[in-house]
This record gives sequence, C-alpha cells and structure tokens, in this order.
Amino acid sequence: MSSAEHHHEQSIWEKYIFSVDHKVIGMQYMFTGIAMALIGGFFVYVFRMQLAFPGMSVPGFGTVNPMEYNSLVTNHGSIMIFWVAMPVLIAAFGNFLIPLMIGCDDMVFPRLNRLSYQIFLVSAIILIISFFVQGGGFGGAWTSYPPLSAKSEYNLTPWGASLWLLAVALEFVAFLIGGINFITTLMNSRAPGMKMYDIPIVCWMIVIASILFMASVGPLIAGAVMLGFDQVYSIGFFDPGKGGDPVLWQHLFWFFGHPEVYVVLLPAMGIVAEVITTFARKKLFAYKTVLFTAAATGVLSFFVWAHHQFVSGIDPRMANVFTVTTLMISVPIAEMLFVYIATLYGGSIRFTTAMLFALAFLAEFLIGGVTGIYLGASGSDIFFHDTYFVLAHFHYTFVPIAIIATFAGLYYWFPKMSGRLMNETLGKIHFWMTIIPFNFIFIPLFILGASGQHRRIYNYQNFPDLAVPELQNLRVVATVALIFMILGQIPFFYNFIVSWKKGEKADANPWKAATLEWAAPSPPPHGNFAELPNCYRGPYEYSVPGRDLDYWPQNVK
Amino acid sequence: MEALLLRASSYAADVDGVIHLITLLAGFWFIVAEVVLFYFIFKFRKKNNEKAQYITGEKKEEMKWIHWPHNLIIVCDIVLVFFAIKAWYHIKQELPDPDFTVKITGQQWAWRMQHPGPDKQLDTADDIELVDELRVVVGKTYHYKLESLDVMHSFSVPVFRLKQDAIPGRTITGWFKPTRTGAFDIQCAEMCGIGHGIMGARIIIETEEEHQKWMESLSGNSVAQAL
Ligand SMILES: [Cu+2]
Ligand SMILES: [Cu+2]
Repeated sequence: MSSAEHHHEQSIWEKYIFSVDHKVIGMQYMFTGIAMALIGGFFVYVFRMQLAFPGMSVPGFGTVNPMEYNSLVTNHGSIMIFWVAMPVLIAAFGNFLIPLMIGCDDMVFPRLNRLSYQIFLVSAIILIISFFVQGGGFGGAWTSYPPLSAKSEYNLTPWGASLWLLAVALEFVAFLIGGINFITTLMNSRAPGMKMYDIPIVCWMIVIASILFMASVGPLIAGAVMLGFDQVYSIGFFDPGKGGDPVLWQHLFWFFGHPEVYVVLLPAMGIVAEVITTFARKKLFAYKTVLFTAAATGVLSFFVWAHHQFVSGIDPRMANVFTVTTLMISVPIAEMLFVYIATLYGGSIRFTTAMLFALAFLAEFLIGGVTGIYLGASGSDIFFHDTYFVLAHFHYTFVPIAIIATFAGLYYWFPKMSGRLMNETLGKIHFWMTIIPFNFIFIPLFILGASGQHRRIYNYQNFPDLAVPELQNLRVVATVALIFMILGQIPFFYNFIVSWKKGEKADANPWKAATLEWAAPSPPPHGNFAELPNCYRGPYEYSVPGRDLDYWPQNVK
Repeated sequence: MEALLLRASSYAADVDGVIHLITLLAGFWFIVAEVVLFYFIFKFRKKNNEKAQYITGEKKEEMKWIHWPHNLIIVCDIVLVFFAIKAWYHIKQELPDPDFTVKITGQQWAWRMQHPGPDKQLDTADDIELVDELRVVVGKTYHYKLESLDVMHSFSVPVFRLKQDAIPGRTITGWFKPTRTGAFDIQCAEMCGIGHGIMGARIIIETEEEHQKWMESLSGNSVAQAL
C-alpha cells in the first residue's frame, strides 16, 4: 500500500465500522465476543440459580420453565464456544497480533477479513433473534443431535432450531474466510529475516488452529446442510424411519468437535507462551518441541472423535481404538505443559496481572487435562459419560482457555491496543476474584458428577437419589461461587474502560519484551510501523549472557 | 467411589477399579506437575537485580527433563489402556448367557419396561409392562433390549455404572447382573426435549421370593390384559 493512502482523513464510519485495518477488525471481534460473553454469562446465572433454588423467581429473569432451561443451557454452550472462545482467541488476537508480530502493515486480504467479521456479526444477530421467535430458542443441546434437532414435533422449537443451525453455519463460514487470511499472511508477509523458527509461538498456534479448523469443519458444514434439509423439507438424512441414520450426525459433529477443543486451546497456549517468557525474562524452553507437539496434537486430534460416542451405539469394538488414540493425545499435551513449566526454571519472575493469569492457566488447565483421562478411558467413561463430571472437566479446560488465557492476553497487550496501562491493583483484585470462585464452582460439580448426577436436568428434585440435601448443598455452593465470579468481573470492566481513556500513558514497549509488535508505536497507527522492521533473531532472546539489557528485540541488530 | 455412590452390579467394581487406577496414576503426575510449578514460581521470583538464566532447552542434557516424563507417561498410558479396555470388554462386548431378558423402550418422556411374566419368557402373553419402573431379581443375569420410539435417549443406572444410548430404529442388546437389593434411580442421560428433566425411573432390585409375590399380585390383571 502506498503511504499516501494512509494519510487521507478517514471518517468514523470508514475508520471503525467498515474498516479493513486488521487492528480495528480484531477489536470488533473482541468487543463482539465480550458482548456475547455477557449474554452467555447471564444465561449461566439464570440456570444455575434455578438449579440451586428450584422454582424460584430468578432476579432479572423470573421463573425458569423446562423449555427455557433447555434453551438457556444449549445457548450458553453454543455462545461460549462459537461466539466467545473462537472470536476472541482466534479472530481478535489473530487479527490484532499476527501482522504486528511478524512485522507487516496488514493482512494479505484485508477486504476478505472485513467480510469475515461481517458474516460473523450477522451470525451473532441471527442467534440472538432465535431467542425471541415463536417457540423460543433451540433447546436440544449445543451438540444438536437428531432426530430431536431435526423435527419440530420433537424439539417444539420450529424456528429456534433452524435459526440456531443457520447461525452456527454462518459462523463457520466466517472463520473459514478468516483462517485463509491468517495462514496466507503468516506464510507471505513476514518481516525480512524472519525465518520459520523466529515466528512467535502465538502466531504459529493461531495458524495451526486455523488449519485444524479448516480441515475439520468441512464434514460438519455438510452435516449442517443435511440437518437443515431435514428440518425444513423432512428429507430424512438422519431419520431412521426414512432409511437415514441419526448417529451419522454425531460422527460429523465430533469429527469437528474434538479438533475444535484444540482450535481454541492452541491460541491460548500461544498467548501464555508470550506472557511467561516476557515476565520470567526467559527464553522459551525448547521452542521446536512446543511447535512439534502442537502439530502432533493437531494431527492426533482428528483420530479421537468417537470418545464422545463410546456409549452412543457405535460398534463397541471401536471404543478400544479410540481409547488408545485418546490416551495417546495426552502425551504431547503433557509435554507442552512440562515445557512451559521448565521455561520458568532459572527465571526472574515478575508477578504482573498478565503473568498471574498465565500461571493460573497452567495450574488450572492441568486439572482439566488430568480429568480428561477418566473420560478418554472407555471403561470409566461408561459411568462418567454425560454426567457433571464431564461438565466440570471441560470447564476446567475451557475456562482456562477462553477466560483465564484471554485475560492474560488482554492485560498483556492492553498497552499496545490502547497506548495506556491498566491499573495493576484492580487487575490483581480481578485475578483473585476470578480464580478463587472458579474453583469453588467446578470442584463441587466434579463431586456431583461422581455421585451420578446427569447433565441438562432442570430440577434434580425429580430424582430421589439426587434430591438429598448433601448434593443440593453442593449445587448451592457452585451457584454462589458463580455469582462471586460474575461480580469479580466488575473491577475488570471498570479498569478496562477507565484505563482505555484515562490510564497512565504507555510507551511502545512497557514490558521490555522482544517481539516485533513492541517495536510499533502504542497504539499502532494505520499501517502499523513507522518503518517496517527487519528481523534478526528468535522471539525470546531474554537475559542473553554478555548483554546489558535483559532483552534483545527481534528488530535490533 | 463407593463412598459417593453405592455399587449394585457385578461390574460396578470393575468400572470403579479403572477410576481408582486413573486417580492413582494421573493423580501422581498432577501432583508432581503442580508441586514443580509452584516451587518454580516461588524459587524463581524476581529478587533484586539478579538476571535470569539463558537456557535454550535444546541441549541433550536439558531435553532429558522433558523426555523422561514423556516416556513415563507413555508407560502409564499403556497400563491405563489395558485396564480400561479390559473393563470395557467385560461390560460392553461380552454377553453372558441370561437368566431373563427385559425390553426397555425410551420415548418422549418415559421409559417403558417390558418384563417377562411367570413363564420367564419375553414377548409372550403374560409379559408385564410398567412405566418408569424396572423390577429385577438380585443375583440374576439380565439381557436388556434397548429401543427408542422417537429421539435419542440414554439408559443410565448410576449404581450399576451402566449407560447406553437408545437409538430410534435400532435394538441394542446389553447385560447387567444386580448384586444388591434396593430401589435406585434410572436417569435419561441424553437431551431428549422439554421433558428430559423428568425422564427418570426407578429400578427395584428384589429377592426371588419378593419378585414372585409381586408377579402373583399382578397375575389377575395381566391375564386380563392379555385377553
Ligand atoms: Cu473430544
Ligand atoms: Cu432425556
């Protein structure tokens, strides 16, 4: 792009709404994702209140009937994965960071990038509309198994089910388009001198995640079209009465659904790598190992999907194969975590808020990883499948991924985004008010799951073995902790909004970090760098012996 | 596990055995990892102006810190796979000869339980059909034939450590052998629509005499039904 183009005055409309600037698009994704997180958070507040105090009139909502309950849990899951974790971790951080960190002025296809966000926004609006149509929002679980999801006489949400499906399908399209952009940009637009092993891990992770997404989502898009035909024209792809097979959907869904876990995990691991190296003043331990284990995890993740279907009526011999592959995937993931822990060895750790969140990610994600083994092993999954144990397990992966790692990234790159610093005291209050309640929510849920409590049931008083007071008390603990966790986000929003406008001014590199984004002004102007940087070394040259400064920026000769 | 939830089937202890083994092996790694993590965080916190060390992690003697745990985890995984598959094979792939067979049909939103009558044969005129109640005899081996009339349901008996999805258009056969008397929850474990939250049932495990008495008390009715 010529620099003359950069200097003509842009109207607000051009600058913020129809911008093709990767940073603005990244921020659009970020704020849309946060807005959706508020909706998803409100939903969980409502249904957790119903579970702790069945039949009560929930402040801000009213009493919850079974139909609403199903819709709330379904859309809580759908929103948090498709409209929060993905846009924030991949699209927001990917868009904001990749061009800055590889030292170029924008994405390769900026208009495609804008189209991606616009489709995403439409998908979010369609989803929100689906809550208010006749019959209410879809309530057939975020996995949307047919025949329940395929026939309105079964799900009783003729409009909700179809709009949900349309919204999800559009969201996939948005991310396919965005993914093409990330991959092409990383391959073609790196600063002169930046070799493959000089690319910051977070950029690699977002790109590997995009590749995983693009490779896994195809079959599900086909499945979504088939399900749409079943809903609207009663074709019967998944209807056994017409020769269809309902289990087929489960294969298509989970063939995507398991890689999806790594689609959001890898960017989170990437963010954490950037934060811990900076604040431990350490080179990343075994860079290549991190990269190869991420790739190995990605490949393996295509061969584990049926661990969600052990008891779903597939040939029981298949379960043995998938038990082996699932336990195999624990190896690269464990290795990646060991590498991160090893990175701390010999460091000089500074406990900024970003660092606290990054360390908490490691400590908490370990719980999520370890509890996954109970579910990957077919013998124990017979019992745990579809209990609260599963629910607690994946929240111990998804909360560290989509909330804890996201906060690590937000606190870390906030000065780059806004040109100002966030308040560290408020940040630390926010940290503890997030982490402590988080554990108090989900540890009780592990116990409930191990006691045989199944998911997606609006009132456990209907089950004599589950209606006992000891178990009800655990439900109350989880709900109260949730309310604390939600309240704990207030200091964050206050801090974020006030600091964005009035925070202490940040210079270009407040953390003394070595990657290229810190060579750009804060906030970076349209076009990013005053002069496009060259790259002379790897991204984590901290505390290099014989140098005065404890960091050696990639762009400094 | 027993402390949280009674065991009432012959294979419940096998499932719990796998759970305990995982707790032991994965628990070990979990504790090691957390202890090392917190030790490092404490030990290597910033002190004065001490510079951090420069370690690439790519030398042989550094990589061994990753390779050893890596190999040990593979060993643990192999052990786990072995015991997980052993339990799975016993519960889901083996099919011991039955004393009785019951037919369980899920529908929106109830469980229909078809029991063999006094002739002990299923699908005969004296069959006894109950809604949301399954009556079985302790110590006998049962086959279940699981069906669904509409959407996916899942037949789950937590005290048995048993779960199996019911799929419309298919009949899935499995087995269980109750080992203690009592009444316990059956839950539907698959989202099946608005009534999923009330789709519970009870399993009543009784002695042979009790079961006999129950059938006699009904015989008048069920004969009438059959006519
Ligand atoms: Cu999975
Ligand atoms: Cu159900």
